[in-house]
Amino acid sequence: MRLTLKVWREGGKYVGQFVDYKVDNISTDMSFLEMLDVLNEQLIQEKETPIAFEHDCREGICGTCSMVINGQPHGPMKSTTTCQLHMRSFNDGDVIYIEPFRAKAFPVIRDLVVNRDSFDRIIQAGGYVSVNTGQAQDANAIPIEKDTSSQAFDAATCIGCGACVAACPNASAMLFTSAKVSHLATMPQGKVEARKRAQSMVKQMDAEGFGKCSNVTACEAECPKGISVTNIAKLNREYMGSVFGSDKVM
Amino acid sequence: MRWLTNFLFSSIGQKVVMSLTGLFLISFLVAHLSGNLQLLIDDGGQQFNQYAKFMTSNPLIKFISFGLYAGILLHAMQGLYIWINNKAARGGKGYAKKVTRAVGTNATAASNMAWWGILILIFLIIHMGDFWFAMKFGGSLEMLTYEGYDEPVKDLFTKVEATFNNPIFVIFYVLAMLGLAAHLLHGFQSAFQSLGLNHPKYTPLIKGIGTFIAVVIPLLFAIIPIFMYFGIYPLSSFLH
Repeated sequence: MRLTLKVWREGGKYVGQFVDYKVDNISTDMSFLEMLDVLNEQLIQEKETPIAFEHDCREGICGTCSMVINGQPHGPMKSTTTCQLHMRSFNDGDVIYIEPFRAKAFPVIRDLVVNRDSFDRIIQAGGYVSVNTGQAQDANAIPIEKDTSSQAFDAATCIGCGACVAACPNASAMLFTSAKVSHLATMPQGKVEARKRAQSMVKQMDAEGFGKCSNVTACEAECPKGISVTNIAKLNREYMGSVFGSDKVM
Repeated sequence: MRWLTNFLFSSIGQKVVMSLTGLFLISFLVAHLSGNLQLLIDDGGQQFNQYAKFMTSNPLIKFISFGLYAGILLHAMQGLYIWINNKAARGGKGYAKKVTRAVGTNATAASNMAWWGILILIFLIIHMGDFWFAMKFGGSLEMLTYEGYDEPVKDLFTKVEATFNNPIFVIFYVLAMLGLAAHLLHGFQSAFQSLGLNHPKYTPLIKGIGTFIAVVIPLLFAIIPIFMYFGIYPLSSFLH
């Protein structure tokens, strides 16, 4: 395959612009990141600075490989991370736009690499359950119905990649935040702190400068894990419950 | 009351206000539509004029109308505020190429809610300037006394008829109703989602009702100027 890539370059000698690159002899069996590896090898041989992009597991489970390919976070394939997107999804001679995730709360560090610390701070604000140290309790000591654990697991499959924010016209982090709130509020272990969690995570989400959800559902459409917007409705319920239904003033 | 202001200024609280005011405004649309369809009665405007008199003099309706003005202002102002904030949250740079897909809603309707809203707001200002202002404060309307009624009523019907004789107004009204259709198509179901009401049993019903009202309400509103332009009055009065 022969491709023309229009890649966003920012940092170093680039002030923030698209740069055109041509790559040749690309196998359809390569992943998108392997294709970028080939381009970077080419750039290094030409004594150019390689394109900075993030990647880690390359198995579709870590959520590191963040980029917008032809206007879609993680590219055109449904429920797929960039590393699991293969070049057979493209045609010979294609022009491909590659841009970083864009949001005020995700500032560009360099080229395609953005800072997603804001997600970490949202999790730190309440995306956990408090447990006593000591001996682990018996497995299955708390009975949980299979449907309930499956529902919680569906929400827990969020890999925190940020595609939801990148896809959202409002750069809202509601799908990400709601996945964690919903996951933990569904389980008995998480219910204990559910109200406090909804309050603190939403507060942090707002403080990070993410937008407000207008239920466009572009987040669910682009989510590599297919996290459903029903979690956002649940977050809304949890949050309103914490405000109006709590016996404490929150 | 710090807890309440915290809620109202939170991102979720702001959306809750948008959904509650939006649903309230939909209830107004239904009432307004049922009243305005009387324009299509073939009695020279008698029933409509009497209805208009009732709507501007009944104390209970006067009281509710202040809630309506507040609802419109809050929905419009907060909507614009959220829109500006959301644009800022996107950051300075947009995507060179952007594809917006949606699940269970129309992506074009959903991602342009503010634009449909702005169109509706501009329409409302012109529409209220034309008729509401003329009815409330304008001295330009002729007074008519109908047989069997003591009090004279303002002839709003003739004013409406004259306005809809102008094809530019008719086209503008129809375009505004298209904007309303898009706004309702996403807005109705989105309001329930913002209120946390999403359930496999009820959501399909909510979406169905949303699509129905998004088609029927703007369509019935739009046929009023079209029919009046062509002088078609298909309804007959049940009052006299």
